[in-house]
This record gives sequence, structure tokens and C-alpha cells, in this order.
Amino acid sequence: METFVFLVGAAVILAGALGVVLSASATRAALSLIGTLFGIAVLFVAQEAHFLAAVQVIVYAGAIVVLFLFVLMLLGVDTTEDLSIEPITAQRPAAIVAGLAFFGMVMLALSAGADSVTGMPGAFDPVAGTVPDIVALGRSIFTTHVFALEATALLLTIAVVGAVVLVRKAETIDPDDDISPQLQDASTEDGEEA
Amino acid sequence: MVVTGTWYLVLSAMLFTIGGVGLLVRRNPLVMFMCIELMLNAVNLSFVTFARMLGDVDGQAVVFFVLVVAAAEVVVGLAIIVAIMRRRPRATADDLALLKG
Repeated sequence: METFVFLVGAAVILAGALGVVLSASATRAALSLIGTLFGIAVLFVAQEAHFLAAVQVIVYAGAIVVLFLFVLMLLGVDTTEDLSIEPITAQRPAAIVAGLAFFGMVMLALSAGADSVTGMPGAFDPVAGTVPDIVALGRSIFTTHVFALEATALLLTIAVVGAVVLVRKAETIDPDDDISPQLQDASTEDGEEA
Repeated sequence: MVVTGTWYLVLSAMLFTIGGVGLLVRRNPLVMFMCIELMLNAVNLSFVTFARMLGDVDGQAVVFFVLVVAAAEVVVGLAIIVAIMRRRPRATADDLALLKG
């Protein structure tokens, strides 16, 4: 049964990933991303990480992809990229060679046996055991990793404040001119370049 | 056929490679961001697999923190992209060479 779940999940994940990389329209890429994120959530369930699967669907497939789509709609949905243009000569073959080289190295490490990666033999059973995984996970987060948890709370606050500051309209000097002095300097320089 | 941890690790490596190549090849900043998400998810999958292989729930705790950091990163990154696109509509990653000496 797990073999079937794994194969279906892997197919969905890889198809979604290829869709993200190969589709010319950014909207299609975002929708393919949902497929990949759902596939990952399915494999989390297959490995008894039920809480993480739920969080994956809610946070990733829900919030993050919706945020992507929101920005896409905000910036104009018709921005398709002509994939036949290669701006830097031989960049794509080089990128593919680098990717295959990376993959080969990981495969080399894995072919020595998964034990060699972690240094410990594994039983490969679900981690939960007698207690449900959410109990074990909650204990781990709120005892061992409690400092990291507080730090992430701070990080989220900083991220929200930072996003507000970044997208805030610059304060105007002249009501007709929407550009602050610093931005104006930058844009005149651009004009000289062009 | 029994699924072993190595299967998951191989899938994770494939996903990470696709995401990495996509990040290098694509020029739309939004799509590059999505490729980063693919790479983060590949690492999450391997963390959950290692948690299962070693019988240690700490691997899943790390995935939880990766999720939080990814959410914060997306918020700030998309804010930067929106700020750039406001000034220069249809900009690609190659157009942003303001800091070039």
C-alpha cells in the first residue's frame, strides 16, 4: 500500500515541479506548485507526520500559494515569459549540467547506503510509536526547541512589519510627483543609462 | 516492493535538483521564488524521512521551523518584488543591475 501511495505522490510531485520550471505563464507555475505541495503533504501522511501534512496544506498550499497568486494578479496576470530567449549564452546547458552534477553527488552518497548519510542505522518505522506524533512533536517544540519557537514568533512579527514598510508608498514632497528624493536620484540615473 | 527511506531521499534529491535548475534558468522573479519553495519542500521531505529513519521526532520539529521561516521569507520577498515591479513594470532578474559597478 505504501508503495502505491509513494509512486502516486512522487509522480504528482515531479509533474508539479516540472510544471513550475517549464510553464511560460507564472499563473500556471503557481498552480503547478500547488500539486507539488499537495504531493509532499501526501508523503508526510505516508510517513505518519500527520500534523505536518495538515500544516503543509494550510500554510503552503493555502496561504503561500494564495499570496503568490495575489501578487501575480496585482502585477498583471498576462506576464508570460518567452522561454525560447536565452539571455546569457550557454547559461541553460551550464545550469542543467550543474543540476545533474549535484544530483549525481547526492546519488553517490545515497548509493553507499542511507546509513552512511546519517551515520546511524534506522529501523524505518513511523516515529510516533506509542504516543501520537502530534504529542511527541508538541513536546519537542515546547521543551527542547522552545527558544527557537520564541525566535520564530519574533521573526514573523519582523517580517510583517518589514513587508508593510517595503510596500508603503514613499512620502511625497510634491503632490504631483509620487517619487521621494532618493528614488528620484535613482530614476534619473536610470534615465542617463538608457 | 517495500518502500525504504532511500526512495524518499532520491525523490527529495530529484525535487531539489529541479528546483535548483529552475532557479538558475528562469528570469521571472516570481517563478524563481516558486523554485526556492520547491527546494525548501525537498529538504522538508528529507527531514521527515530522516526523522522516521532515526526514530527521532526532532526532524519533524525542524520541518515546523522551516515552514515558519519560509512563510516569513515569502512575505518579505514578495514585498520586495512588488516594490520593484511598481517602479519598473515587467522587470526580470536580469534587469535589476542597479548595484553593478
